[in-house]
Amino acid sequence: MIYMKGVPEFPQCGFSSLAVRVLKHYNVPLSARNILEDPELKAAVKSYSHWPTFPQIFIQGEFIGGSDIIMNMHQSGELKEKLKDIAANRDKTA
Amino acid sequence: MGSRAANAMLSRAQRIKSKLQSALEASLLEIDDVSHRHAGHAAVRASGSAGETHFNVKVVSAKFDGKTLVNRHRMVYDALTDELQSGLHALSIVAKTPQEIAKK
Repeated sequence: MIYMKGVPEFPQCGFSSLAVRVLKHYNVPLSARNILEDPELKAAVKSYSHWPTFPQIFIQGEFIGGSDIIMNMHQSGELKEKLKDIAANRDKTA
Repeated sequence: MGSRAANAMLSRAQRIKSKLQSALEASLLEIDDVSHRHAGHAAVRASGSAGETHFNVKVVSAKFDGKTLVNRHRMVYDALTDELQSGLHALSIVAKTPQEIAKK
């Protein structure tokens, strides 16, 4: 799940755009909410994650971080590992 | 702008620097204003602030030792709560410990 500015097809912020591009690279199902259209959602997500900026990425309910962190995990291979587990689990239950 | 005169005496970059310095006791601190790259940004135009919205920040601090990346970023954001509420829009953060830098 990504809480972002704009929608994946038309991000309205360079950082949201970057995060979407990284996540799309892994071919996993991606849900997105546009926080620009919903100030209440924006405030709720910020206080839930204790994180002041967007985008914010959650993987299976776990707060991962913003675009810097996603990029970092992408480069280190950590993101691949994390998403591989998800893909494997989904295949098992399917 | 009159009521903000006291703040205006220091640039946001300078305020970020002094706040991070005192909160994190940074051994290295680099602040780079990259607002010009986001000049056409919808949220920036809406805020009405001219520049000083986007920064690259590199912090080296022993206080990051044993902390996850997420928590290191939170420490930086926590130190800058006031700035984030007054027009600072986004930070790109590199947060390392002195040991991590030395390894390179």
